[in-house]
Amino acid sequence: MEWIFFLAFGLVAAVAAVAMVLQRSPIYSALYLILALFAQAGLYILLGAELIAAVHIIVYAGAIMVLFLFVIMLLDLGRTDRSPARVKPVGVIVGTVLAGLLLAELAVGVGPQIVLGPRGAYDPEVLRTVGNTRAVGRILFREYLIPFELTSLILLTAMVGAMVLAKRKVE
Amino acid sequence: MEFLLATVLKIALVMGLVLLAVAYLTWLERKVIGDMQVRFGPSRVGPFGLLQPIADAIKLMFKEDIIPAHADRVIFLLAPALTLVPALIIFAVIPFGPSFVITDVNIGLLYVFAVASLGVYGIVLAGWASNSKYALLGGLRSSAQMVSYELSLALSVIGVVMWTGSLSLVEIVEGQAGSWYGIVPRWNIFPQFFGFLIFLVSSNAELNRAPFDLAEAETELVAGYHTEYSSMKFALFFMAEYANMIAAGALAATLFLGGWQGPFLPPVIWFLLKVFAFIFLFVWLRATLPRFRYDQLMRFGWKVLLPAALANVMVTAALLA
Amino acid sequence: MVPLWAYLLLSAFLFMVGVVGVATRRNALIIFMAIELMLNAVNLTFVAFSRFLHSLDGQVFVFFVMTVAAAEVAVGLAIIIALFRTAETVNVDEVRLLKG
Repeated sequence: MEWIFFLAFGLVAAVAAVAMVLQRSPIYSALYLILALFAQAGLYILLGAELIAAVHIIVYAGAIMVLFLFVIMLLDLGRTDRSPARVKPVGVIVGTVLAGLLLAELAVGVGPQIVLGPRGAYDPEVLRTVGNTRAVGRILFREYLIPFELTSLILLTAMVGAMVLAKRKVE
Repeated sequence: MEFLLATVLKIALVMGLVLLAVAYLTWLERKVIGDMQVRFGPSRVGPFGLLQPIADAIKLMFKEDIIPAHADRVIFLLAPALTLVPALIIFAVIPFGPSFVITDVNIGLLYVFAVASLGVYGIVLAGWASNSKYALLGGLRSSAQMVSYELSLALSVIGVVMWTGSLSLVEIVEGQAGSWYGIVPRWNIFPQFFGFLIFLVSSNAELNRAPFDLAEAETELVAGYHTEYSSMKFALFFMAEYANMIAAGALAATLFLGGWQGPFLPPVIWFLLKVFAFIFLFVWLRATLPRFRYDQLMRFGWKVLLPAALANVMVTAALLA
Repeated sequence: MVPLWAYLLLSAFLFMVGVVGVATRRNALIIFMAIELMLNAVNLTFVAFSRFLHSLDGQVFVFFVMTVAAAEVAVGLAIIIALFRTAETVNVDEVRLLKG
């Protein structure tokens, strides 16, 4: 049963990702990426990470991709890319061959013989009783408090930087 | 297997009721606004104009379906569906009665916000796909407004989450059982009054309803993002707006007014009464208040509501500590 | 029970699609989107390991990655907007000279 969901979500994610890279128009790329993000949220739920799935949709599909769409529409870049500089086929072939090599190496060399290290404390039964959100929140605000505060600094810097960069220079 | 069948039946029932409610909400709104403007609302089609939504539906179905010349066909057809679907799937986590909820996800509130933030896509894509200046500007303005007010909407609810200690809507409703001193019910509106006000204002802005409806007011931008839409696609946009309104009312009732709880009447009736109260409030606001200018709207959302929501979270945290 | 290597394979595939996208496409926005795809593939690896190692550190790290990705997208798109204002194009092949 779980395999059916995994194959469905995984296939949608993979096909959407490939379609995203192959599209001519940035708007269609963005839409395919949103589809891939949805499939990935489904995979997160399959892995029992509900909080991460919801936050993934809120942050990526609900905010970041909307930002992408805004920029594409405001700069009117949505029409099909008819620029004369075409993609060199050599690049695509080399890239695909290398990618295929990496995947094959992973599948054969690493694949089913993977051996995991020592387990932590949060097996799925514990998580089902405590609750994913509560457990993640606990860890986030105790062991990982300093990185948490640092990310808020990163966000502040990014906000200020984005506002300064995108401002129109007043002549 | 039985679980699946029961869930499918619940979904069919809720969806059917919501769509019926959406249709008759149009009638209700026109009647109430008419009454507030000292005139009759729809009154010719059937008794009290009750067949008006059916007449509207028939008219819209028979209208000519126009697709503008250089519009992007695929996205033009996709956008109304992208607006309606998030509006309808919010109802999957709202508890209508003691055990009448389609699914009790333990991150119910986060699911609601995830789905609400998806409602922006239909609008911005509709504006772009119409290949028309007014539609594009209206779509960008609407979606910028929605994204801005999503922040204060989510923050206003965090106080409730802190007070209850859970994100699940069923647990939030059950946390509002009982009463203080036997008279005042333990509804979240009393400890979280400012959160409630911020939620009301933010959800009004999120719904693109008056007084925040600049992006679709006829005198401003023709019709905003749905300028070029006709017939059933236009009907889908309207259904999405009203379904969102019912969802906002249902959320406000669940989070702040105790959901289905109440003394004598059956729980579902209490829930429907509370949702109806909020819908009436939204229609009342539309009939009464003039609309904000766009820059006033954005300034209000970022400089007033967002700090107020943050202050609410901090004060609640300080009180709970 | 879906084994770990299935998730790892899927995320490796998504990562490679992202790399090929960054290396071959010329439109700055699509390159950006391919970068987001790579970040997401890594997120999937983290969550998969978090589930199979019974530890929540993976999920916490995914939080941080998402935050940094959001910050990066904001700044990156601001740069693209600023670039578009001067160069009138988002094609990275045409923006070769340091002079404005």
